[in-house]
Amino acid sequence: MTITRRNFLTAATATAGAAMTPEMSHGHPHGHEHQAVPSDPTLRVKALESLLVEKGLVDRAALDALVDTYEHKIGPRNGARVVSRAWVEPAFKARLLADANDAMADFEYVSRQGDRMVVVENTATLHNLIVCTLCSCYPWPVLGLPPVWYKSAPYRSRAVIDPRGVLREFGLELPANVEVRVWDSTAELRYLVLPERPAGTEQMGEEELAALVTRDSMVGVAKVAVASSGGQG
Amino acid sequence: MNGIHDMGGMQDMGPIEYEKGEPVFSAPWESRVFAMFLAAGAWHKWNLDAFRHTREVLPPADYLQVSYYEQWLSGLRDLLVRRGLVTAAEIESCTPAPGTAKATPPLTPEKIPAAILTRIHANRDIHVPPRFQVGQRVRGRNINPMGHTRLPRYARGKFGTINRDHGVFVFPDTNAHFLGENPQHVYSVCFATRELWGAQAAEKDCVYVDMWDDYLEPA
Repeated sequence: MTITRRNFLTAATATAGAAMTPEMSHGHPHGHEHQAVPSDPTLRVKALESLLVEKGLVDRAALDALVDTYEHKIGPRNGARVVSRAWVEPAFKARLLADANDAMADFEYVSRQGDRMVVVENTATLHNLIVCTLCSCYPWPVLGLPPVWYKSAPYRSRAVIDPRGVLREFGLELPANVEVRVWDSTAELRYLVLPERPAGTEQMGEEELAALVTRDSMVGVAKVAVASSGGQG
Repeated sequence: MNGIHDMGGMQDMGPIEYEKGEPVFSAPWESRVFAMFLAAGAWHKWNLDAFRHTREVLPPADYLQVSYYEQWLSGLRDLLVRRGLVTAAEIESCTPAPGTAKATPPLTPEKIPAAILTRIHANRDIHVPPRFQVGQRVRGRNINPMGHTRLPRYARGKFGTINRDHGVFVFPDTNAHFLGENPQHVYSVCFATRELWGAQAAEKDCVYVDMWDDYLEPA
C-alpha cells in the first residue's frame, strides 16, 4: 500500500468538508457546497448522533454516562489525592515514582492495565513541565480532560523551546539554579508532576493537603500555594 | 508527515490564553462528539494512532482555525466512513441506508468503568529485544515519513541519552495506517535544550522525548 499525502487529504477532507464552516468546505467534493451550513456545529452533531443511535452503533445512555463521568467523576481531584498521599506517606511516594500504575492501582480510574503513567517529582532545584507538542496527550485518569490552553498552539510550540518563558507567562519565575525538565508526551506514557509540598503545611492531613493541590501544579505550570483555593486553577 | 501539528519549537504563535474556571466542555455538542468517539471506538475498527492522523491531515490553515472538538468531529466522520461503520451517503442524509439491520452497541453504561481503565492499551506484554540500553548515547534518526509519525522534527538528527526503557508498545507509524502493530521498545530520551536549540537555551535544562526503537540510531 502506498501512502501519499494526497490520499490522506482526499480521505480526510471528503468527510471533513461537511463538518467545516462554509468557507472551509469550498472546493471540496461535497454536495452542499453552496448551501449555507450553520457554523454552529450543534445541529450537525445532533444529526450524527441520531444516525449512530438509529444504526445501533452507539447507545445513547452510554453517551450520557461518558459525559457525566468526564464532567463530574474524573478530574484533577483524582490527581490531588495521589499527590497528597505521596506527601504524607514516604513509602507510597517511593512506589509512585518507581511504578506509578502499581502505586495508583488502589485509586479509582487508575489500573495496572490502563494508561501507562509516569510521575515526576519537583524539588527545590528541579522543575518538571508536561506538554504534548504533537497533539493533546494528557493524563486523563488523574487530571481529566485537558484545558484549552494545554491543547493550543502557543503552549505546544513554546513549551519545549522556551519553557522558562512559558512558566513566566503563568506567573512562575524560576531561578537559574533550578533545572527545568520538559516531558513531551510523544508516546502512550502519561505524565503527572508531583509538586513540592508547600512550607507551613506540616500539620495538615491528607484531605486538607489534597484541597491545596491544583491542576496546574500537576502539569507543572504552577507551584502549590497554601493560600490556593484548589479546584481547577 | 512534516505537518502543522508538529509544532514543538515554533515561535510567535501568540500568548497562552488561559481561562479561569474553564468548564470541561465549552458547549454540549463538544461533549457529544467526545462521547460518540469513545463509544464508537468500542467497535475496535480503529486505533488512537489512526485517529490522531485524521487530525494531522486537515489542511494546515483549518487545523489552526477550527476548534479542538471540530477536529474530533471531522476525524470521527472520516473513520466511521473509511472503516465501514457508516456510508458517506448515510452521513450525507443523516439516515440509515434502507434495509440495514440495526446493530447492538458494544458499549453500554455498565461497561464504562471497566472500558475506561483499558482505554489506551498500547503497551504489549511480549518479549522484544531492546536495541538500546539505559545510559546509552543515541541520535534521533533523520527520517521524514509521509504518513503518521510520533518523531517530532525538533528531535531529528539530535543527540541524546536513553533515560529509561518504558517497555514494548505498538508502533504508531504502521498502526495508524492499519499496517500492523510492529511492537518495539519505547524509551525516554533526554536531550539537553542546548543540543536542541543552541546557546540561547538555559544551560541545565532538558527535554525528554518518548521514542520508539525505529526512531533512534546509535550515536
